[in-house]
Amino acid sequence: MTLPLWFIVLIKSAVLLFVVVTSFAYAMLAERKVMGWMQLRPGPNRVGPWGLLQPAADAVKLMLKEDLAPRTADPLLYRLAPFISLLTAFSVYAIIPFGSSSSGIWAIGNVNAGVLLLLAITSIGIYGVSLGGWASGSKYPLLGSVRSTAQMISYELAMGLSLVGVLIVAGTTSLAGIVEAQKNLWFFIPQFVAFLVYVITAVAETNRAPFDLVEAETELVAGFHTEYSGLRFGLFFIAEYVNMLTVSCIASLLFLGGWIGPFGWTWLPGIVWFLLKVGFFMFFYIWLRTTLPRFRYDRLMAFGWKVLLPVATLNLLVTAAVVALRG
Amino acid sequence: MAMRKRLYNVAAIIRGLSITLGFMFKRKPTIQYPSVRKKHAPRFHGLHELRRYADGKERCIGCELCSSACPANAITVIGAENAPGDRRSPGERYAARYEIDELRCIFCGMCEEACPTDAIVLTPRFEMSDYRRGSFIYPKDRLLVPPEGGVGVPPDERPGGIPADLGSVGEKKSTMDPQTGYDATFNGSLLK
Repeated sequence: MTLPLWFIVLIKSAVLLFVVVTSFAYAMLAERKVMGWMQLRPGPNRVGPWGLLQPAADAVKLMLKEDLAPRTADPLLYRLAPFISLLTAFSVYAIIPFGSSSSGIWAIGNVNAGVLLLLAITSIGIYGVSLGGWASGSKYPLLGSVRSTAQMISYELAMGLSLVGVLIVAGTTSLAGIVEAQKNLWFFIPQFVAFLVYVITAVAETNRAPFDLVEAETELVAGFHTEYSGLRFGLFFIAEYVNMLTVSCIASLLFLGGWIGPFGWTWLPGIVWFLLKVGFFMFFYIWLRTTLPRFRYDRLMAFGWKVLLPVATLNLLVTAAVVALRG
Repeated sequence: MAMRKRLYNVAAIIRGLSITLGFMFKRKPTIQYPSVRKKHAPRFHGLHELRRYADGKERCIGCELCSSACPANAITVIGAENAPGDRRSPGERYAARYEIDELRCIFCGMCEEACPTDAIVLTPRFEMSDYRRGSFIYPKDRLLVPPEGGVGVPPDERPGGIPADLGSVGEKKSTMDPQTGYDATFNGSLLK
């Protein structure tokens, strides 16, 4: 008996959604733990053994909190914005492949123009942040959303350019195809500059420290989500961490060979290699957050436009020239 | 020049990252307070206690010296004559009212030093938090050792009270109570 396609997709989506939400919860716990350790604290350890039930406690707390909206807020957009953030954050996972076996690629949909679709979907996520801040009808969120539009758009340029280098080397825009092209050599070696640019811009794209000017506590209270409370704040929170997972997945797929083990090792299943790489990037982002102070806003813009963008463009030109000359 | 400065910045970032990574594996100084308790200093000044004699009589003779010695004006004593048939203390007078406002108290121990009968002592108890201000004014019945509680903690015999080479009181063995965190040693050596 063959199941209808929509049913298979539905099951895949449900499983994936569960996995992503669970990994969000534990990414959050991991962040609090690792940040604690790096600041010589034990981190959360009261709820459940070793603090492992902390995400559940947080979820219950957020759900039970009052859902406030300022009187000056735009009623529709204010309520819609968190869902835009969350929806775009989740829908990316429809096209991210997690591994491959003889029966095919492990993904909900293996899209030919995977990288392009991915960039398109993640770009919509900006609307959640900027509309949410604007619709709050309050000063700090507005400033946060203005910053987010400037920051996320200018860093997205450098990010896109750094990915184009990979696309040229791989000769395909399919995510699974790019991973297959890294069978012999992971792309972070030939595309090292693009790798650096991508890692930096990815931090800025997800509004994480040291690029978290959108929600800079010391300047903007909490930035774009200042007025949000309860579950709606929780949705933004989930979206932020899911976006972190997304950029980590993309970094692993495009630069670290996805589910291909290092040195051709196959003693771990491909999915485990992939998750290890994603975990490494997640750790790296937490590590950065504990270490680096926040950028000043003009420095952020200068860095994006005067350093990252030229470097990414140069990398793209050199890559294109080398690929063209070699045939 | 500018390029060198930028490279220096990169080196600084890498150094910073290595510092935080190193800290991640350091031993954490956190003490999981309610379940694990820190050993406090041997002569820690905590909540007051009014002591008794071995026969159950109150030591306090209502002389009000503690009250006048108190730099924070936290102690109120109102003495009264002992009734011949019902003597509360061995002296002429006893404390009819004895109140300490623990919110005013600075836990300096001057009352303890002023007391001629060693009646008021500072115990190492420090967990006094409460919800109402009023409950920080400790009346006599909360300060006095209950009759079944013995005589209370003698000031000189508290762990680490007075080192052995400073007088005969130090020769008496101190008790060690791991539950409350008492440590009988004075810097680990003097009292054995």
